[in-house]
Amino acid sequence: MTARRHRSTFRYIGKRLIHAAFTILGIAVINFLLLQLAPGDAAEALAGEAGTADAEYMESLRRQFGLDRSLIEQLGAFLLRIVTLDFGWSFRHGMSNWDLIMDRLPATLLLMGASILLALIGGIVMGVIAARNVGRLPDRLISVGALLLYATPPFWIGLMMIVLFSVKLGWVPTGGMYDVIGGKTGFAHVLDVMWHLALPVLTQAFFYLAIYTRLVRAGMLEVLNLEYIRVARAKGISENRIAYRHALRNAVLPLLTVVGANIGTFLGGAVLTESIFSWPGIGRLMFDAMMQRDLNLLLSILVLSSIFVVIANLLVDLLYAVINPTVELK
Amino acid sequence: MMRLILRNWTLSLGLALLALILLMALSAPILYPGDPYAMMGPPLQWPGTYPGAPLGTDSLGRDIAAGIFHGARVSLMVGFVSVACALVVGILVGAFAGYYGGWVDDALMRITELFQTIPQFMLAIVIIAIMGPSIQAVIISLGVVSWPTVARLVRSEFLVLRERAFVHSCIVIGMSDLRIIFAQILPNALSSITVMASVLVATAILMESALSFLGFGDPNVITWGTMIGLGRSQLRDAWYIIAIPGLALLVTALALNLVGEGINDAMNPRLRKRKI
Repeated sequence: MTARRHRSTFRYIGKRLIHAAFTILGIAVINFLLLQLAPGDAAEALAGEAGTADAEYMESLRRQFGLDRSLIEQLGAFLLRIVTLDFGWSFRHGMSNWDLIMDRLPATLLLMGASILLALIGGIVMGVIAARNVGRLPDRLISVGALLLYATPPFWIGLMMIVLFSVKLGWVPTGGMYDVIGGKTGFAHVLDVMWHLALPVLTQAFFYLAIYTRLVRAGMLEVLNLEYIRVARAKGISENRIAYRHALRNAVLPLLTVVGANIGTFLGGAVLTESIFSWPGIGRLMFDAMMQRDLNLLLSILVLSSIFVVIANLLVDLLYAVINPTVELK
Repeated sequence: MMRLILRNWTLSLGLALLALILLMALSAPILYPGDPYAMMGPPLQWPGTYPGAPLGTDSLGRDIAAGIFHGARVSLMVGFVSVACALVVGILVGAFAGYYGGWVDDALMRITELFQTIPQFMLAIVIIAIMGPSIQAVIISLGVVSWPTVARLVRSEFLVLRERAFVHSCIVIGMSDLRIIFAQILPNALSSITVMASVLVATAILMESALSFLGFGDPNVITWGTMIGLGRSQLRDAWYIIAIPGLALLVTALALNLVGEGINDAMNPRLRKRKI
């Protein structure tokens, strides 16, 4: 890496950081505008179920959101609260919304990381097999399979897997993150969690498995026709080595950007997956908040999830620039 | 035209399945007049065991077939109307951004990216939480999360088409910008927009089903997602209650995806071999 490249890398990182900051500001403004759309008294809407019970809580909400002041002042107060990570108090859960969300985040990250990994590995393997057998039976089967998976509601696959694997076969538990009664520790606990993780991860991964399979297949077909692959063939390099060492690298790189763009959709899907399997993450928390009509908590989850997506995208962009030195740093 | 459709099996299969669903939606009030939520027989009859209900009944003795037929109306309506809304907004944003470029493009695309950053499904839930559960709220929330995809595609089409000779000649003869955008460039982008729209309708239908499955949809209309949600408590012994509406969703989404892919193949015959 030359000094020039270093300098442009720093400038690139700086630009991406500023961009990320403005995106977060925009997200805050959108959330603020959403809140303005709520009918009637905003404090009542924010409090939801809790509001009917407690007048003092309503008063604190009014003060916290500055609902008695002008719109601009309200926006200022809203932004200030996000910067200071003050997301208010959840009446129902008896803790601050920030603590509540941070408490649930690890479970969601585990689910998300495992399903992205599964979808990526599965998609790459399937895509490469399909591309190397293009037009033949394995390709047809994989392509039809991907088309079907792409059209299937993921939550329905999850329920059907519960019927088959939990109810009929009794292989895996129907929900939860670990056995409540067992009280396992150490390695046994890890195994227990993985046991509970199996169905949620499959549910969450199938849809993306279909997308990645199709992308890898298309990418491989494009790359396999390029000059440098023909040179590699002419040099007598084995087909296996060409597929996995030469072609795959270039076919998979664009996939990284797609994974980055999918992080938001993954988080949205977590609401469904976690609700079905009672997985104690932020998706499940959002479902509960919706059921309790706790708008303040809902908005907090939406803001923090969006910020999470911004940070994840930033990391993916930087990672991409490191992995692929030919990328133009704009 | 007909020959083209028949030669392209993805397109013909997709259109046939879509026609079937449409027929179900249209015939629902004739075949199953009355409330699909009404009890019609003994509860929990497996498909094929009770003469009056070929697809069985649920835990409250409601006819599943009636739910499937009426659900088709809601699914198709919500899917098409929400995507129509998304198309209007997305085409306007994308067309102006792509045609004018510069700061107009910058500003419009920043906003578009912003909406793509926010987790779509979560945004849809919050919009419904604010507006209250109604079919209008579902349509608006799905439109809000769908338009950025349209805007980006339309913009990229406009960026390319803007540089074509026919557009330059329109500018030279003094045609107004609006006329160039909507009467000259847009028709040339319509085929790609159609492909994307059919996939978007499928996505919207799946998202609607997910929302009503969780119980966030309109409680007054029956949808396939509602049926799956209601059947969840009978998962152990009556899984057909969930399986049947799920299959209906699968067929509908598959049909729309096939149509999109079929049109795409018909437009780019060169690529036909690559896709299924």
